[in-house]
Amino acid sequence: MAAVMPAPASSRLLMSGNEAVARAVWEAGTKVAAGYPGTPATEMMEQLAGYPDLYTEWSVNEKVSLEVAFGASMMGSRAFCAMKHVGLNVASDALMTLTLTGVEGGLVIAVADDVGMSSSQNEQDSRFWGRFAHVPVLEPADSQEAHDMALEAFALSERFQVPVILRLTSRICHVKGLVTVGERVELQPAGFAKNPERWVMVPGHAKRRIPLMHAREQALREHSDASPLNAIEPGSDRRLGFITSGPAWMHVREAFPDAPVLKLGLSYPVPLAKVAEFAGMADTLLVVEEVEPLLEAELKAAGFKVHGKDFLPRSGELAPEVLQPAVARLSSGEQPPPPESAAALPPLFPRPPTLCASCPHMGVYYALSQIRNLTISGDIGCYTLGAGHPWNSLDSTISMGASMGVALGMDKGRGEADKNRKILAVIGDSTFMHMGMQGLLDITWNRGNVTVLLLDNRAVGMTGGQNTPANGRDIRGNEAPRIDFRKLVEALGVKPERIHEVDPYQLPVLFKTVRDETKVDDVSVVITNRPCVLIEDFTPFTPYVVLDDKCTGCGNCIDVGCPAIHVTRRETVVKPSGKEVALAFTRIDTAACTGCGLCVQPCAPEAIVHYKPAGRVIPVVPA
Amino acid sequence: MSATTNILVCGIGGQGVMTATEILSEAAIAEGHDVKKTEVAGMSQRGGVVTSHLRFGARVLSPQIAPGAADLLLGCEAAEALRWAHYLKPGGLALVNDARLVPPVVELGLFQYPDDPIGEMRERGVRAVSFDAASLAEELGDLRLGNTVMLGAIADQLPFSADVLLDCVVKRFARKGEAMVEANRLAFAAGRAAAQAATPATA
Repeated sequence: MAAVMPAPASSRLLMSGNEAVARAVWEAGTKVAAGYPGTPATEMMEQLAGYPDLYTEWSVNEKVSLEVAFGASMMGSRAFCAMKHVGLNVASDALMTLTLTGVEGGLVIAVADDVGMSSSQNEQDSRFWGRFAHVPVLEPADSQEAHDMALEAFALSERFQVPVILRLTSRICHVKGLVTVGERVELQPAGFAKNPERWVMVPGHAKRRIPLMHAREQALREHSDASPLNAIEPGSDRRLGFITSGPAWMHVREAFPDAPVLKLGLSYPVPLAKVAEFAGMADTLLVVEEVEPLLEAELKAAGFKVHGKDFLPRSGELAPEVLQPAVARLSSGEQPPPPESAAALPPLFPRPPTLCASCPHMGVYYALSQIRNLTISGDIGCYTLGAGHPWNSLDSTISMGASMGVALGMDKGRGEADKNRKILAVIGDSTFMHMGMQGLLDITWNRGNVTVLLLDNRAVGMTGGQNTPANGRDIRGNEAPRIDFRKLVEALGVKPERIHEVDPYQLPVLFKTVRDETKVDDVSVVITNRPCVLIEDFTPFTPYVVLDDKCTGCGNCIDVGCPAIHVTRRETVVKPSGKEVALAFTRIDTAACTGCGLCVQPCAPEAIVHYKPAGRVIPVVPA
Repeated sequence: MSATTNILVCGIGGQGVMTATEILSEAAIAEGHDVKKTEVAGMSQRGGVVTSHLRFGARVLSPQIAPGAADLLLGCEAAEALRWAHYLKPGGLALVNDARLVPPVVELGLFQYPDDPIGEMRERGVRAVSFDAASLAEELGDLRLGNTVMLGAIADQLPFSADVLLDCVVKRFARKGEAMVEANRLAFAAGRAAAQAATPATA
C-alpha cells in the first residue's frame, strides 16, 4: 500500500468516525499504532496504514497490540491501539496491570462497541473497563468529536500518565460526517528511563503503585468536573432533563431539542459536582446511555434521583424512535401509538450474508453436511456462516479460538450417549493465530481426540480480507515472513502423519480425508489451502453453465450453498412407489460464477459444464 | 421538503449502495449542507441486506432516519425496497430498480420471494417509480453503470439541481478517462429519463 498524502490542515472532509480517529492519531505525532481487525473497529488501523511517518501493524491479537503500544509508550513515544469490544477482553490482562505502571508517551486505546450487534457474538459495554482499570473514558458523539477527543485523549494520557479509553460505537465508527482536520505535530520521544519499581510489576512494586493509581483517579475526578467535555446545555422545557453520552446525545438532541441536557464527553470518572449543578435545572432526570445502566447506578449511589433503564431498553441503540415512546411513558404513564408511516412492515424472506461464490469454506461445509454423527465446535470468522443454511454444520461458536478448548471439553466430557460421536473443530488461519494455537497445544498435550479443520484462506475474511501471517504480507502489503502451518501444528505436538493439506475444491479428497481422520483416535489437523476470493491471491476460473436439457432437477447443486446457483423452475413428480419428489431445475449466474467446480461434483447427469472451453480450470482429483 | 432531507438507500452487499450514497453526500456538501451518512452496519461480506441513511440540511444531529421519516427511498433491488418501504414518510417517493436478486435461502425452498414486490409497495400506499437499471446499464455496455442509472433516477427529486449530482458523478470517474465519464453521463441521463417517464403525479 502506498502512503497517502494526508489532506492539508483546516480541510473539511467527509469522514467516518474511524477515519477521523486515524487522522487524529496521525496528527498527534503518534509513533506506533497496532490493532487486530474487528467490526466496527477495523478501519481505524486500515486508514492509519495509509499515513506516512508512523509505524503500524496488524498484531496477531488485541493483547499483543496493547503490549506493543505500551512498549512504545515506555520509550516516551505516543502510541495507539484499536480493537472491537471483545478484543479488549483479550487485551484486558495487559490493561489491568499497565494501569498500575501508568504510561510515559500518551497511550490511547480505541475500543468500538457493536451496539445493536450487527456483527458480533455479544453486546458489551466497554465503559466498564474505565471503572475496572481506573482509567478515563472519552465518548465522542460524531466524527468531528471522534477526531477532537482522540487528540484530547493523548493530552490527557500524558498529563495524568494514564492509558485512556476512547469508547466508540458502530454509530461513530460507521457514520460519516464533516470533519475539520488539523496539523500534525512532530514529537521527539523523551527516551527510556530505567525504573524497575515502576515498570517491573512484582507484588512489592505493585503494592506501592496502587495508592498512586487511586490518587490519579481522584485527580481525574476533579478534572472531569472542570472539563469542557462535560457540558450543561440549558433548555427551555425543564420538565425533563437528560444525562447522556456518546451518540445517544445526538439522538436526545434530535428528539428533544428544547430539553436541558448534560452531555458527558469525559464520562468516567463521572463529574458528580456537574451532575449536582445540572440536577437543579430539570424537574425529572433521565439517563440515556448505551447500553448498560452504568451512569444510572453510579448517580443513584451518589444520591441522585434519576430514571434510566426502568423506561429505556437494556440493549441496542437508543435512536429517537426508541426514546420518544419511552419518554412519553415516563411523562404520562401511557404507551403512545406507533408513528405514522407510509407502509407497514411486510413479512419478507431473510437475506443473511452468504459465503461468496467459490469461497473455499463452501466445499468444507458441503463435505461436513454429508457426513453423519459429527459434533462440530466452530469459531469466529466467515466460516461461522457454516452454522446456517444449507449446511447447518456448526454446533457452537463462542469466542476467538474457542473451537479448540470447547472441542477438547466435548471429547473429555462425553458420556455413554456420545461415545460414537466424532468431535471436530473448525477454525480459520487468522483466528488460529489469534488465540487458537494455545488451544491446539492443550489438545495435543492432554491427548484429546479431535479432528481440527484449519481453514487457511490467507486472510481475515470477515472484516474485508486483511493480511495475516498466513499470506506473507504486512498491514501495508509489504512482503513479510509467511507462517508454515504444517510445521507450526507439528511443533504443537500433532503427529506428522496426522497432518493433511487438502484442496477444498476437491470434494472427494476432502470428504475422504475428513472421514478417515475422524475414525483415528488421535488429534488430526486438516489444512485447506485455497485463498479467500476477495483477496489478490485469488484468480477466477472459467465459469460454468447448466445444460437445461440435461438437468434432471435433483437439486444436488443447490445443497452446495453457492449464491451463483438459481432455481429456474420447480416441479413435483410422483415416483412409481407413490412417493412425491420435489424437483428444482437450476441455472448458474455466469457473471457471478468464478469456476470453483464444487457444484459440478455432486451433479450426477453431468449437466454442469464450462461456459466456454479452455481458460483456467480445476481438474477434479479422485479420492 | 422539511429542513432536513432524509434519503434511505437500500440494496444488497456488493451492489454499490455505499458508493451511491457517498456520491449523493458529496452533492449535498457541494450545496453547502451539513451531512451525516451511515455506513454499512456489520459484516463486509456479500449478499446480505445493506442500507445507508443519508441526512442533510443546515445541521444534522442523529445520523439515523426514523421509520416513517424518509423523504426518498432509493431501492437498488425490488424486495429490498419493499423491506424498507416503511421508512418512507406518508407521501414520500420510492425509486426502485426492479431487479430481483434471489438469495440462497429462497433457492433452497425455505422462503418465498414475493411475486411482485413493487406492486405490493403500491398496494400499501407507497408512491413508487420503478425501472430496469440493469437493462439500461447493459444497453450502455457495462452492468456496473447501474449505480449511476440509480443516481440519475433520483436526481430530479433532490432539493438542488440535478447537475450538482451529475458533477459529483463526473468527478468520481474523471480519473478513469473520458470514455468512462461519457458512459456515466449517458447512464445518468438514462436513469433520469426512465424515472421521469415512470413518475406518478404527486399524491
